[in-house]
This record gives sequence, structure tokens and C-alpha cells, in this order.
Amino acid sequence: MYTQYKYWRPYISPNDPCPPIEIKSYSTPPHLYIGFQPSGLPQFQTAKEALKKGTLWPQLYSPYPNPQKRNERS
Amino acid sequence: MWYYEKKLQYPVKVSTCNPTLAKYLTEQYGGADGELAAALRYMNQRYTIPDKVVGLLTDIATEELSHLEMIATMIYKLTKDATPEQIKEAGLADHYVSHDNALFYLNAAGVPFTASYIQAKGDPIADLYEDIAAEEKARATYQWIIDQSDDTDLNDSLKFLREREIVHSLRFREAVEILKDDRNTKKVF
Repeated sequence: MYTQYKYWRPYISPNDPCPPIEIKSYSTPPHLYIGFQPSGLPQFQTAKEALKKGTLWPQLYSPYPNPQKRNERS
Repeated sequence: MWYYEKKLQYPVKVSTCNPTLAKYLTEQYGGADGELAAALRYMNQRYTIPDKVVGLLTDIATEELSHLEMIATMIYKLTKDATPEQIKEAGLADHYVSHDNALFYLNAAGVPFTASYIQAKGDPIADLYEDIAAEEKARATYQWIIDQSDDTDLNDSLKFLREREIVHSLRFREAVEILKDDRNTKKVF
């Protein structure tokens, strides 16, 4: 299983002018791990939900902003 | 040829009067990684790509045009009732003196669209890898616009558009797999 967001800690200098963001993140959506989509993947229950999500397949759905966003401001 | 359906691919609702957002959205209208660049890139590359993936480029180019239409609708809604004073406050006075409230193919910094934003190398792998990169850049651009916007209804449409970039990227990656595949060729060892 993969995660949709990755985290890293940039170097923080004692001379930085602004309060540091200690943990930074970037998006790694599902398509990076699929390669070639297998046939017969389960689909969303309703067409309305699929339209709302932007894809027919839950396995392709990528939420943004990060729903488990860590504190990147302090 | 195309058939035109007189509705948007996904509903566009704007809940706050905030012309500054129109300025940011312009990046996806006439910017280097915007929907116009995407549509023109795929629609042009498809002539010289192996016929197994021509249909894919046509389909995605067509969908990009429908995204362009959604972005245009957002920009129009955000600016149509703005007074010259509000336009000025939003940082759009440079645009206004040349175009009034008309839309134009510029990036968020006001640089006009240019064909040098797109490529057609003629090599199928090179072209598809560029297409994959373009989708990832468009996805990132949507992320940064969502980060700058606090209009939840607008962000709902932008999240839809971001997800479509992800699906398109996967389809281009699959196209590369199709062109790499040698299952149907005779192998002589």
C-alpha cells in the first residue's frame, strides 16, 4: 500500500529570516503506482459520486488538499 | 469533426466576489501548463503518433477544451460585474486597459500565450513523456491555485479538474506501455 502524500524535513538554518516550516509535503497520487490500470476495478456506487470525485474508480481518487495535513506552518 | 454539447463538463459555481482569483485562474487559461496548451499539444501530436494511441490523444485534447471552457466560465463569473475600481484592487488594471473585461490567453503574470509552450518532437516516446509531464505540471498548478483560493465552491470545481489531470497522466503512461509492448511481434533469438 502507498500513501498519497510524502513528508520531508528541509534543513533549517539558525539565520533563516522567517519562522521555519519544519515538515514539508508533496503529493504522490495513485496513478504513480498503477502502471497499467487492470480491467474490472470497482467503481463508485453512483454516477453522481463519480462526477463529484472526477473519476469512476475509487482507486484513482486523490484528495486535495491533504486531508491529514500536518502542521506545516510552525 | 466535433459535436458541441451546450453544457459544462462539471458545474462551475463561484460563491465570493473576488476578481483576484480570476487573475490566478488565468494561469490555467493561457499559461504554459494551462488547458489551451494541453488541448493544442495533444491535438497536434496525434497526427504523427502510432495509430494505437491516436484516439487517446483526440479524446484527451477534446476533454482539455471542455476544461478550458470551465476555466473561462470561472474567470468570466469573477470579473463580469467588477467595477474598474475593483479590477484595479484585484491587480487586473494592466489587463483592463488593454482588454476591458474580455478574457484573453495570458498567464497569471500577463504574458501572452505562445506556441513555444508546446512541443511535437515526432518521437512517440518523447511526445508521450512530455504529455505526462504536462499533466503533472497542470495538476501541480491546480494545487497551488486551490492553496491560494478560499472559495469552497470554486475549489470544488478545481479539485475535479485536478483529478482529471491524474486520470490523464495514467492514460498517457498506459499509452507508453502499449507502445513498449512487444507481445504481438515475432521474437527471433
